[in-house]
Amino acid sequence: MTKLLSALLLAAALAPAHAATLQADKSDLAFTFKQMGVPVDGKFKKFDAQLDFDAKKPEAGKIAFTVDLGSVSLGDPSFDHELAGSPWFDTKRNGKATFVSTGIKPTGPGKYDVAGKLTIKGAVRDVVVPITLANGVAQGSVPIKRLDFKIGDGEWADTSVVANDVTVKFKLSFAGL
Amino acid sequence: MSTATRYTPVAVVLHWLLALAIIGTFGVGFYMADLPFSLTRLKLYNWHKWAGVTILTLSALRLLWRLTHRPPADAPMPAWQARLAHGVHLLLYIAFFAVPLTGWAMSSAKGFPIVWFGVLPLPDFVPKDKELGELLASVHAWLAYGLAALVLAHIAGALKHQFVDRDGLIARMSLRRP
Repeated sequence: MTKLLSALLLAAALAPAHAATLQADKSDLAFTFKQMGVPVDGKFKKFDAQLDFDAKKPEAGKIAFTVDLGSVSLGDPSFDHELAGSPWFDTKRNGKATFVSTGIKPTGPGKYDVAGKLTIKGAVRDVVVPITLANGVAQGSVPIKRLDFKIGDGEWADTSVVANDVTVKFKLSFAGL
Repeated sequence: MSTATRYTPVAVVLHWLLALAIIGTFGVGFYMADLPFSLTRLKLYNWHKWAGVTILTLSALRLLWRLTHRPPADAPMPAWQARLAHGVHLLLYIAFFAVPLTGWAMSSAKGFPIVWFGVLPLPDFVPKDKELGELLASVHAWLAYGLAALVLAHIAGALKHQFVDRDGLIARMSLRRP
């Protein structure tokens, strides 16, 4: 009996006690950038996240985020086709972008800085993503440089046409958080 | 009121400046529409839009100038020819506004607000709407062809005066003193 109990306790301790599942239909992943001064909005339709988080112990939390790059859309089929090509996301060889947290730091009530490694097209960059968390919804935005990941290579590396700065915005709804 | 024999220098400068701008912008528009997706295409689209808004602005100044400064009297010619010439002028003025405005609206409807010279964001006066964008694209194109036809008619008239009537009418649109 004691053995069973301790085994159960051990299992409970090892299992992600605060694992939450992403509710894709209530979540958004969007980005915005400028082309010759004109703001352009896009989004990813398919992404997933694994979150293990306890607000009482935020530092112990973990998040792994995966984006299906082929699901990118600027709202126009001809542009979307181009974005899948090799100068941009090259989705045949790079199907997914990932973000894996390395540390979560509380910065205020319901506010956290999530540090982690962002991988797109084989390039890895350390980023810190500020998020606000309320009612199971994590929201935030993070600026990235598209050329860090060779998004828009070759002639498209000309940042006077397509700006290097891209703001990624997200709203992630979790069940069980 | 004295009957001027020539256009004012401001009118002359605006005429030739807009002639160049309109012909150039039409040429770029005609060329870029069938280009495959590329950096060049994107640049040309932006330049075309900037040029179009510039033409719209200069045309507004030109209209104000035209309404406040009497143009020279008609050269001696049959009444139907004078009416035809004035009709073409009126339609040209309408096109100077209709073509850029439909282009601007088309850009907004397609979800790309115009940022003049990459600096000044212009307001959208139509909502983002795919079908409206496609409709405006064809309206813009046909109006541009209409403008091109009017420009050709206008040039044909000027050439007729220069080489058939030999009345030196084109000197009215020159800065050079006779």
